[in-house]
Amino acid sequence: MALDPPVPIVPAPIWRNFKDLQEWEELHKTRPEGDKHSALFESITEGIHSFPGGFVVTTAADAFLNWARKSSVWPVTFGLACCAIEMMATFASRFDVERLGMVPWASPRHSDLMIVSGTVTIKMAPMLLRIYDQMPDPKWAVSMGSCANSGGPFRHGYHVVKGVDRVIPVDVYVPGCPPPPESLLNGLLLLQDQIAHFNKTGKKAPPNPKVD
Amino acid sequence: MTAEETRAALASTFGVEVTSAPVMSVTVSPDRWEELGRFAKETLGCRFFSFLSAVDWKEQGLEVVAKVDNLDDNVSLLLKTRLGPGVTTCSSLTPVYRGADWMERECFDMFGIRFENHPDLRRILLEDTWEGHPLLKSYAVDTPHPPYR
Repeated sequence: MALDPPVPIVPAPIWRNFKDLQEWEELHKTRPEGDKHSALFESITEGIHSFPGGFVVTTAADAFLNWARKSSVWPVTFGLACCAIEMMATFASRFDVERLGMVPWASPRHSDLMIVSGTVTIKMAPMLLRIYDQMPDPKWAVSMGSCANSGGPFRHGYHVVKGVDRVIPVDVYVPGCPPPPESLLNGLLLLQDQIAHFNKTGKKAPPNPKVD
Repeated sequence: MTAEETRAALASTFGVEVTSAPVMSVTVSPDRWEELGRFAKETLGCRFFSFLSAVDWKEQGLEVVAKVDNLDDNVSLLLKTRLGPGVTTCSSLTPVYRGADWMERECFDMFGIRFENHPDLRRILLEDTWEGHPLLKSYAVDTPHPPYR
């Protein structure tokens, strides 16, 4: 007697009806693209690129600029909660991000990267946005930990922003609660890889399988 | 003043039942709230103001809870008062205990209780533009707060 193999019962994707997810998708549809370059610089490089053979210049400039950018990403020291302890451990000598060219800097005006390490409350979000706005372009943001990614364990509380990507654009999300230094280091390496793949001096490259 | 003397003094002055487990607590009507605080501090020697908070019993109204300690004789006392349904005003303990100042501001912030005679009743934790009092049972956490919630 032959037995039919069991048919897996796949439940309907009820999470698609989840209200939070719809809100999140709405928000990301309206997000402006690209704060990684200046309009003037883009117009100049577009001009060079349109010349015959100009792509040689722009791709060489791309390679050089991306190498320079990814080798000197200075994170602003912006610790919000317990994730900041792991961030400090990453900055310290055992994990030593300075070998990647990252210098933890205490001023947003000299920094390229903001590591949002911890819970962002509704009261803190305007200050976070203000610090982010003080950083010069091109700038990047790493969301570190469950709280900054999605609100984490406080998601259904009354005072927590449900993910820092509702306030600033985020390039790399590091999961964990809190993420260990190895995890953050992996996130920073992914960020460097993402920076190295920017095209035409600032425009976003085709999807990078390692990051996207 | 020992625990037994404290209990006897409270029962004779306020004429209410003093429960002793798990902690000595006394419930009075809201109009005797400040009098109870003054009695606890000056007569019973409970000079340390530990905390003040509130409980939302939904349709039965709010209950204000404060804990004061007599550190000399190792006696702690829980003061309670039921405000009644729909009542959001309560007399303040700040004229008696200076430590009640920020506790009552926090209680106002979270529960919306107006403490009369409080010198500076503002929000303490949430921003001034916040709408509602989040620890009330009637507060809707799902209320949109764009773009953050």
